[in-house]
Amino acid sequence: MAVDTLTVNGAVGVDHDHRESYLTTGHGILSWLFTLDHKRIGVMYLVAILTSFFLGGVFALLVRTELLTPGQTIMTADAYNKMFTLHGAVMIFLFIIPGIPAALGNFVLPLMLGAKDVALPRLNLTSFWFWMIGAVFSLVSIIVGAVDTGWTFYTPYSTTTSTAVISMTLGVFILGFSSIFTGLNFIVTIHKMRPEGMTWFKMPLFLWGLYSTAIIQVLATPVLGITLLLLIAERALGVGIFDPTLGGDPVLYQHFFWFYSHPAVYIMILPAMGIMSELMSVFSHKHIFGYRFIAWSSIAIAIFSFLVWGHHMFTSGQSGLTNMIFSALTFSVAIPSAVKVFNWLATMYKGSIELAAPMLYALSFLFLFAIGGLTGLFLGALSTDVHLHDTYFVVAHFHYVMFGGTVIAFLGGLHYWWPKMFGRMYSERWAQLAALLVFVGFNLTFFTQFVMGSHGMPRRYYNYLEEFTRFHQASTVGSYVLGLGFFIMAGYLIHSLFRGERASANPWGAATLEWETSSPPPANNFDRELIAGDPYDLESLRYEPAIKGWVRKDPTSIVAAEGGAT
Amino acid sequence: MAGHSHDAHHDPDLAHHFESADQQFQSAKLGMWIFLATEILFFGGLFVAYSVYRSNHPEIFIYGHHFLDKGLGALNTVVLIFSSFTIAWAVRAAQLRQIKLLKLLLVATIACAFVFLGVKYVEYSTKWKHGLLWASKYDPHVEDHGEAPHGGEDEAHGAAEMSAETAPSEGNGGAAAATTAAGSAGTEAGAEIDSGTQETPGTPETSPAGEERSNIPVAAEGPGGLAADDGTADHDEVGDEPRKAQIFFSIYFLMTGLHGIHVIGGIVAMLWLLRCAFRGDFDGGHFTRVDMVALYWHVVDLIWIYLFLLLYLIH
Repeated sequence: MAVDTLTVNGAVGVDHDHRESYLTTGHGILSWLFTLDHKRIGVMYLVAILTSFFLGGVFALLVRTELLTPGQTIMTADAYNKMFTLHGAVMIFLFIIPGIPAALGNFVLPLMLGAKDVALPRLNLTSFWFWMIGAVFSLVSIIVGAVDTGWTFYTPYSTTTSTAVISMTLGVFILGFSSIFTGLNFIVTIHKMRPEGMTWFKMPLFLWGLYSTAIIQVLATPVLGITLLLLIAERALGVGIFDPTLGGDPVLYQHFFWFYSHPAVYIMILPAMGIMSELMSVFSHKHIFGYRFIAWSSIAIAIFSFLVWGHHMFTSGQSGLTNMIFSALTFSVAIPSAVKVFNWLATMYKGSIELAAPMLYALSFLFLFAIGGLTGLFLGALSTDVHLHDTYFVVAHFHYVMFGGTVIAFLGGLHYWWPKMFGRMYSERWAQLAALLVFVGFNLTFFTQFVMGSHGMPRRYYNYLEEFTRFHQASTVGSYVLGLGFFIMAGYLIHSLFRGERASANPWGAATLEWETSSPPPANNFDRELIAGDPYDLESLRYEPAIKGWVRKDPTSIVAAEGGAT
Repeated sequence: MAGHSHDAHHDPDLAHHFESADQQFQSAKLGMWIFLATEILFFGGLFVAYSVYRSNHPEIFIYGHHFLDKGLGALNTVVLIFSSFTIAWAVRAAQLRQIKLLKLLLVATIACAFVFLGVKYVEYSTKWKHGLLWASKYDPHVEDHGEAPHGGEDEAHGAAEMSAETAPSEGNGGAAAATTAAGSAGTEAGAEIDSGTQETPGTPETSPAGEERSNIPVAAEGPGGLAADDGTADHDEVGDEPRKAQIFFSIYFLMTGLHGIHVIGGIVAMLWLLRCAFRGDFDGGHFTRVDMVALYWHVVDLIWIYLFLLLYLIH
């Protein structure tokens, strides 16, 4: 392996041509599947999770279509239960948890550090393989009877249903290891491989996002692992820890599950917030406002995330005091979240805002995440939660945060780094149209669900009262608009791979290090050793119309002195 | 840049993306420590389950631990602590490039691991013979213990016991059957609390109802159930079998089983080290791998020490 990269290393020095890149240094499927290159692993992850996203999206559209009319529309009640479970499980475990860290993070993190790879490349590949194996187990469950428990696998139903719970949970268990390995790798890489000049508080904020995410991945995921293992043991052997018929306690399962799964929603949102910080600064062409506050708030959210799991269980018979404490802690999560939002707004203030596609997603995020976050307070308050618990209000809140937050930021990041990943620009006009459709479709789909929920429409129901019909239909129409938006997006992104204009090294005018190498980067990432400066010092760049990209005013400012490497 | 390729030429153990051997070693070490933290949290779930059930039902732990063999547990503890010593010495040997000694110590550690598993096998097979298994397979038939509650008051128990052994159950196999056993074994104390009635349970008519009641989740009872159990559960010696005694054995098998899997994992890792040693990988003083496996093995030992204290040595 070392020999391989050395030859590549030699080649890069002479060949600055666009054609020589990590995409072309090996040929054939095996050169991808067994690569240790973080960029290739990131791209494989990207393909894999986008495939999962497509699958989960199809399930979602089927669920929405079924709900067009009360009673049966296109599938039986049993099929419907399986469908929404699959939608949830695929979207959460296969798409959104690995989404930003494993796909975008893997690609960008070492580049942002000016490094050649993550610290533990073999573990990185192992993580990808575990993801694949976990995905196979999860998807095999569809063939052997699917799962109808909802993505939370609550006991005692999950220990008694006849559906393929073991296959699905085993898949999720393995996916958990994939997630742990990615997180572990990122922590080590950020600790040990920062370049000269990059102190902790000179890291790009995306790295702070990934770092705090990684902490949660490492500390929370093992608990999910043991929980699912216990659930499997419960079903396979009847160990009785969760099964009330054997003397066990099903509520213990809920505690275990949410001890992971609440932090898990921050695994999803924190890297999204990291992307937001990059986009806000770059597309406002202005230094980020309140760097330290944004960095610390990531860590604060990571810490709070472990202390609020009980707010999923307000109606499970917890003591009043416990509920009160969890409620108060839940409210306090709003503080670091709001700190971030205000800093992003302040970054835009008097900036020179460029409404390119990534920025459109960033602005959508601000709007949608604000709604998602604030409705979270309704659910964190004990009195209103009892009313709203298990209604569509919860579904809408969750989707506003996870879709309106994480997925939108993921799309922003995807459009932002797309030129770096593949060396091609996509059609800006189509991208803006897709962003608009996604925004409109999303709000139509989920805002109606807030209304339905507050009127008492319970979540996960197959049938409903006549009075909810128009809400459900509006929501379904919205989901079709959303689907159309993604269809268009797939079209122009795939088109760009073949016909897109060549991208310059730095098409957006960003000052982080990943833009200092060619697009797409060579296999060894950089042909020179870099030192890091302020990652948001956008004044140090100027636009060069000839290459349609930005260049350093002083190109020597980031190059390490020859032989000066420690 | 020039520095990298320079180093890489000289040190075949240095991966291309690291600047120095020290950076590489520190990265591996940090990674290992984080991995060990995840291991602790992985077991942490079981420790929490243990704490929850022990604080809600201390009597079943007091009762259950009498069936564990302290002698064998202590023997295994000593074996593992000794193996911790040998692997630590192995790291030292690798650092000093004493490859022969390294091989010897690795073999010794592996041997200890096998002794541990052997002793565990003896323990497990005794449990198996006496039916002291996890909840759904729990069917005790120890000659001197466990008969007491059955010999007691009325035939409802006997009937329930019979059904526990023979009846085909509606739910998942033996699960419901064991419920019956658990429910009836505990009628003395637990059932009254569940139902809130003052009626004497155990008459044939109420027996099915008793079974129903045992379906109520434990959380619904809370620790309040303990007070009423005090009368029957406070024994110095092995006394009447408390309700839900099967949970102790579930936890015992889960914790020691998961630990056993980790011991097997350790054996595999050490066999790999042994192969590396014979291949000459450590001749150049590159001891990172030995160090990492040793760290893992220490954690496996440490977890056992806690298991020994929490499961075998209860007062």
